[in-house]
Amino acid sequence: MAGAPQTLFDKVWRAHEVRPESADSPAVLYIDLHLIHEVTSPQAFTVLRERGLSVRRPERTLATMDHSTPTLTAQVFGGAPIALEAARRQVRELEANCAEFGVELLGLTHSERGIVHIIGPELGLTQPGKTIVCGDSHTSTHGAVGALAFGIGTTEVGHVLATQCLLQRKPRTLAVNLSGELRAGVTAKDLILAIIGRLGVSGGTGHVIEYRGDTIRALDMDERMTVCNMSIEAGARAGMIAPDETTYRYLEGRPRAPRGEAWERALEAWRALPTDALARFDREVELDAAAVEPMITYGTNPGMVIPIGGAIPQRCGDAAFSQALAYMGLAPGEPIRDRPVNVVFLGSCTNARLSDLRSAARLLRGRRIAPGLRMLVVPGSQQVKRQAEAEGLDRVFLEAGAEWRESGCSMCLGMNGDVVGRGEYAVSTSNRNFEGRQGSGARTLLASPLTAAACAVRGRVTDPRELM
Amino acid sequence: MPIEPFTILTSRTVVLPGANIDTDQIIPARFLTTTTRAGLGEHLFADWRYLPDGTPRSDFVLNRPEAHGCRILVAGGNFGCGSSREHAPWALADYGFRAVISTELADIFRSNCLKNGLLPVIVDEPTSAWLIEHPGAQVTLDVLAGTLTLPRGAAVPFALEAFARHCLLRGLDELDYLLERRNEIEAFERRA
Repeated sequence: MAGAPQTLFDKVWRAHEVRPESADSPAVLYIDLHLIHEVTSPQAFTVLRERGLSVRRPERTLATMDHSTPTLTAQVFGGAPIALEAARRQVRELEANCAEFGVELLGLTHSERGIVHIIGPELGLTQPGKTIVCGDSHTSTHGAVGALAFGIGTTEVGHVLATQCLLQRKPRTLAVNLSGELRAGVTAKDLILAIIGRLGVSGGTGHVIEYRGDTIRALDMDERMTVCNMSIEAGARAGMIAPDETTYRYLEGRPRAPRGEAWERALEAWRALPTDALARFDREVELDAAAVEPMITYGTNPGMVIPIGGAIPQRCGDAAFSQALAYMGLAPGEPIRDRPVNVVFLGSCTNARLSDLRSAARLLRGRRIAPGLRMLVVPGSQQVKRQAEAEGLDRVFLEAGAEWRESGCSMCLGMNGDVVGRGEYAVSTSNRNFEGRQGSGARTLLASPLTAAACAVRGRVTDPRELM
Repeated sequence: MPIEPFTILTSRTVVLPGANIDTDQIIPARFLTTTTRAGLGEHLFADWRYLPDGTPRSDFVLNRPEAHGCRILVAGGNFGCGSSREHAPWALADYGFRAVISTELADIFRSNCLKNGLLPVIVDEPTSAWLIEHPGAQVTLDVLAGTLTLPRGAAVPFALEAFARHCLLRGLDELDYLLERRNEIEAFERRA
């Protein structure tokens, strides 16, 4: 389209306007790919049934199960029933809904099952320029390929099932410009935690973030997904990264990516997506990535984050801050380093891709986790699990004393029985350190896979660079 | 889903002053194993409302006698952040709330509220500060006028976009609006 220079977001948005927004009504936005799972879809199917509606475009809809599913092999592949009755019911209901409405399901024992935000890119379904939604706030992950991807509520899941469209007000744009090379021991997780620390947990509200700059260009796709995944933790609607050769290399040949002539046509369209040179963002923020240290959270939201060598800040007169520290059992001014750790969780849609497992395994190889510490390693998908096993990473984790599980969301939100005990400290590679997120009374410290592995070895909060 | 129309609501307020109250607090994940919308009110703020053995905590605001019957929740900034779970507004509505007032609401939560006849009200800092300092104040929310009226009669305007106001006032379901756009959607699909 000729005219004013546009951002990546503007281009994707405009290409999906069935009807643009006006003063009186929001835009009708077309959705290319709808991912559904067992926890936020049952009530949407109920509405379809009550109203006699069908799924408008089943071929644009893909279902899997991840949130409440067990990760113990016997419960997934037989030999033992799913321990939680409610989870068993959700799994059965999703199976029945998909069968009734003709939606493809990568079910519990399917070889391509996994966390919904891991399998979309892995299958090559997540593509540049697409609009992608799912009843899950970490749908922002898919923005790493240059898609506009965001989380929706269950009523909206119903809207998309019935009409393939959503009513949306156009968000504003926020450029996060990153320059400099990440230092050794500093990962994409540390980078996004530093960004959230800077923006604050509501700094991105009402905005779609585009992550830009040479730091981003140098990241591989797994790392870009880690960054985009946590956009919602800054309050943003979505996070996006312009597609480039790294993106195309990642997607080419994936089972559901275009092939042959269709691939060539897609490439041509994708190359036109990056933000135009003179395009304007509503806001811009700069960050020196070379100055980022390994980061760790100390409080009860992801914005409460410090460099691992730092001290817990002081905020006099802030009752919510004091309440957070009381919950965490931490005091202002004290260092976070060397705090005892009870549990380490390596998993989640933020950090359970193959490169995350490799990074933790590199540090754990030939070492044992600290006595009394429990470490759970939960690959992001069954495919990640098989690849990791082919490389012998499962042996590294098992020999170190960790548990090696089937894929799923697991201890990130503790819906499937994998929980952290009351009062225990868990260093977790997931995305939320909210009160009770990993179990009632559980205390979560968010960090990178590398830092998590170092903490597992020492049984204390440890800078991974000390063990590298 | 038919929604009860929302025109005017007068109620006393319940105040939860802390900022950044996330949807995991509003409804912890272990209650998301339900496959219906009903009955989530009893689990609203479960980890703050009940002791581990299930007995109510007398120091939590919803357990105080004066909170009974209040239909307006006044909350700190960025209320409803985190997970997209619509179970959060379902739980609030099932408990009996019909409006949430804050200086800022998280995007997905705000959108989910509107789908369930729960009025999201964004006010400025001074208004929020006054409401937080006066728990139990009787206030009136007028959707048509877009005003919040404080006990002494001062009417504070709040922003509500035209479409949301229209749907709230008539109890309209957005799905009907989308279904009526069928021809436009088909035309788009042919173009694309």
